[in-house]
Amino acid sequence: MTITKLRRQLLAGETTPAAILESLAGQIAARDGQTGAYLTHDLESALAEAAQSDLSLPLGGIPIAIKDNINVLGQPCTCGSKFLQNYVSPYDATVIRKLRAAGAIPYGRMNMDEFAMGSATENSALQVTRNPHDLSRIPGGSSGGSAAAVADLTAIAALGSDTGGSIRQPASHCGVVGLKPSYGRVSRYGLVAFASSLDQIGPITQTVEDAALILQAIAGGDPLDTTCLDAPVPDFLASLHDGVKGLKLGIPKEYFGHGIAPGVRKAVESAIESLAAQGAEIVEISLPHTEHAVATYYVLAPAEASSNLSRFDGIRYGHRASNPSDILDLYQKSREQGFGPEVKRRIILGTYVLSSGYYDAYYSRAQKVRILVQRDFENAFKQVDAILSPVSPSPARKIGTFSDDPLHEYLSDIFTIAANLAGIPGISVPCGTTDDDGGNQLPVGIQILAPRLGEAKLLQIAKAAESSESV
Amino acid sequence: MSHSNIDVRYVANLARLELSDEEVAIFQPQLEAILGQVQILTALDVSGIDPTAHDSMVFGKMRDDTPHESLSPEAVLKNAPDQAQGQIRVPKVVTDA
Repeated sequence: MTITKLRRQLLAGETTPAAILESLAGQIAARDGQTGAYLTHDLESALAEAAQSDLSLPLGGIPIAIKDNINVLGQPCTCGSKFLQNYVSPYDATVIRKLRAAGAIPYGRMNMDEFAMGSATENSALQVTRNPHDLSRIPGGSSGGSAAAVADLTAIAALGSDTGGSIRQPASHCGVVGLKPSYGRVSRYGLVAFASSLDQIGPITQTVEDAALILQAIAGGDPLDTTCLDAPVPDFLASLHDGVKGLKLGIPKEYFGHGIAPGVRKAVESAIESLAAQGAEIVEISLPHTEHAVATYYVLAPAEASSNLSRFDGIRYGHRASNPSDILDLYQKSREQGFGPEVKRRIILGTYVLSSGYYDAYYSRAQKVRILVQRDFENAFKQVDAILSPVSPSPARKIGTFSDDPLHEYLSDIFTIAANLAGIPGISVPCGTTDDDGGNQLPVGIQILAPRLGEAKLLQIAKAAESSESV
Repeated sequence: MSHSNIDVRYVANLARLELSDEEVAIFQPQLEAILGQVQILTALDVSGIDPTAHDSMVFGKMRDDTPHESLSPEAVLKNAPDQAQGQIRVPKVVTDA
C-alpha cells in the first residue's frame, strides 16, 4: 500500500494509524525473519505516537522506516556497526523532526552496510539482509534494509542516505523508487557522517509520488546544517503529471559502453523508448570524465570518512576496549574491535591519501578532478533537461560473491557516483526485470539525473518513466 | 603520483587502528590495487583548477550567535562507556616521568 492510498483511506475513516502499524508489525513478523531488513522496531512507542496523529497533516499517520544512521530520540542508531551496538540516540535528526511535523511516525531501524560503506549491505556487522525478489541475492546497499523492506511490503516507505549511490542502487536492485536529492536540499543534522561533501538523505518508496511527498516534508534550510541551502522548496506534486513532451533527455555515450548486462541494457533502453514515445527528444551527450569519477570518489570518500570516523575513539560513546594499558591503547583496541574490515580499509586508504607527502598527489588532485566531473554535467545540462542511464551495470548479485574483491565492487558504482561528486539530484525508477543469470526475474532500475535543485523536473520525468513501466 | 608503496601498518597507526598480522596481509594487496586504479587521475590536466568540493555553491552562511537549548549532561552521559562524578572517565592520560 502506498502513502497516497493510505492517506486516502485514513481521511475516509477506513483505517487508523494504529491499524496501519499493527498490520506492518504482522507483515514484519511473517516475512522479515527471512529478509532481515529490520534491525529493530519499537511498536509500542510508535503506537503511542500514532495515538497523537494529526491526520490533517500531509503525512499524518504514515509510518516511515529509518536507516540506522539517522538519529531518532530514544532509539538505537548502530550504523550497522558493533561499535555503536549499545548506543541510544539522545536527539532527533532534523529530517525526523520534519517528518514528525508533517505527521509521519518513524517506525523501524533499517539494516545497512557498516557506516554506509558498501553496495550490498553485506558489510553490516549485525545481520544479513536478503533481496525479497530472490533470497539468495543481495538487496544492494548501503541502504539495503530500507529498500528491501519497501520491496517486501514490510514498510510503507523509508529514509536512506546516499554518498555514492546508496539510495539509488538498492532501490534499483529491489524494484522500488529511490531519490537522492541535490547536495544541500535536505539537512544532514543527525545523520551520522560518512563523507560530508557527498552525503544526502532521501526517500525510498513504492512510487514516484510517494518520493515527492516525503521530499516535500524533509527539504529546506536548517540553521543546524550550514551546508543545507535556504533555496525555496517548490511544490513537487504540482508538476508531477506534466509529462515529458518537448523535454530533451541525454544519453551519455560513456555510460552505454561495454560492461552492462544485456538484460539491464534491454530494460533501460525500452524505458528510454517509452519516454521518446511520450514526446521526449532523446539526445546523445558526453560525460568525458566518467571513468575518472570512480577513482576520484575512492580518494575523496575515504579521506572524508577517515576524518569523520576519528570521533569513534571509545571515549564518549560506543565501544570501549576493556583493560587498556593506556589511553593510546584504548583508542587503538576500541577501534580494532569495533570496526569491520571495509571500515578499516577505508580509514587506512583515507588516512594515506591525506598524509604528508601524498596529499597533493591524491587528495588535492582528486578535488581538482571533481571540478572536471562537475563541469561535464554543467556542459551536458546546457543541451538537455535531464540525463538517463542504468543505475547499476548488473542486477543484484548472489550474496558472498565479491567479498574479497573490494575494487571490483567499487567499480560497479560507476553510474551513481558522479551525481554525488557533482551535487546533483538523481532518482532510480523500476523499469522492468531481467533473468540474465537464468534464475528469478530480477528488478532493473533506470537512473534519471537533473541539474542541481532540479528535483521538480526530475520527479516529473520519473513519473513518466514509471507510468511507462506499469502500462 | 608515484606508484603506491603503502605501508599499511604505519598508516593504520596514524589512524589509531591496531591491526592483526592477518589483516595487514589482507589489506596490503587490496589497497595497492585500489591505489593502482586511482593512478588514472595522473593523466588529466588539472592546471588552473582550484581544489574545491563544490564549484558553484555558496555555503558557510553565518547564523546569528544566539544561545539555544543543547543536550543535558545526563543525556550525554547515558552513552558514556565509563563515568564518575558526572563526567566521562578515561584511563590515566599523563604518565609518571
